[in-house]
Amino acid sequence: MRSELALRLGDDGLILGQNLSAWCGHAPMLELDLSLSNIALDLIGQATLFLGLAGDADDLAFRRDVLDFKNCLLVEQPNGDFAQTIARQFLFSNWQEPMLRDLAAKGEPAFAAIAAKSVKEVAYHARFASEWIVRLGDGTEESRTRLIKGLDWMWRFVDELFEGEHAALRPEWDARIDSALREAGLERPAARRGIVGGREGHHSEHLGHLLSEMQFLQRAYPGAAW
Amino acid sequence: MSDVWDILAKVPDPEIPALSVVDLGIVRDVTDDAVTITPTYTGCPATLAIEAAIRAALNESGHADLAIKTVLMPPWTTDWISDEGRAKLRAYGIAPPSPARAATCPRCGSDHTEEVSRFGSTPCKALHRCKSCGEPFDRFKCH
Repeated sequence: MRSELALRLGDDGLILGQNLSAWCGHAPMLELDLSLSNIALDLIGQATLFLGLAGDADDLAFRRDVLDFKNCLLVEQPNGDFAQTIARQFLFSNWQEPMLRDLAAKGEPAFAAIAAKSVKEVAYHARFASEWIVRLGDGTEESRTRLIKGLDWMWRFVDELFEGEHAALRPEWDARIDSALREAGLERPAARRGIVGGREGHHSEHLGHLLSEMQFLQRAYPGAAW
Repeated sequence: MSDVWDILAKVPDPEIPALSVVDLGIVRDVTDDAVTITPTYTGCPATLAIEAAIRAALNESGHADLAIKTVLMPPWTTDWISDEGRAKLRAYGIAPPSPARAATCPRCGSDHTEEVSRFGSTPCKALHRCKSCGEPFDRFKCH
């Protein structure tokens, strides 16, 4: 149970961090390149600490097969365009921040220490993503259309975030999401049946592709070090 | 033990070499058998370099027997940066952290500044620009 929680928290950060890293050198402008790389760095740092509670973080990251990953489906969704990446970040960070805040207050000491450290970083991520939701939604016809499409893609993976003990986080998340969408002049995407299963290791095809790139070096040259 | 503090006060931060690891508040404690440090940001790549630099400084000064321990609690905040550290930051061209809304330009001292990006060249800094003298500068994130 303890290592299961460490894997879930660690894998969320690791997979989203790996996805975001692909923006390095490709973001629409320099400041965004820095922002997305910084967020990736924070998430991978947090993942290293959480995975360390379940075993050797490097082993778990680079030598585990796809069915053993316990991240939620949202974080493994493809980057798409910038709007789709922002949509994913917005939905995730606004869940992760209150989740970590609760873990810092109520979790067992080893988890609470990492959560207390991480929540300050994630507050920046949530603010960054929420501001871009407003900027894109209230921007041009093009940015608005792309954002609506991105939110629509990501929306079906939201329910999974609130499974089990995380159900209590939903009202706060709803309020955060609605407030930013209102400011952006956007409607909530239409309700749809949520897709779940990531926490049990049932993943979309995207995770396998991501891992094949991320794990290539250790698979091809086991034990390779800098 | 006070000589260990003196040794550590000469170990520069790899990202901001004007400051020592003691100025930054990274060193938490020194005891007979260990030096305790804390990371600034969880993903800060400098964390490993800092530990290696402290290890080397301890070994060179005959303290190879001292272990290095890492703690997360209480989390590092900018309050751990010493007053001396703040003065060094300013002199180095980085606005020190402060709860004030506007950063003070480290070049001309003006408060007529704006935030360009909340994320900067390292995890601990944000990008700002002075509207009085035009200088772009880093500001230590305050938290």
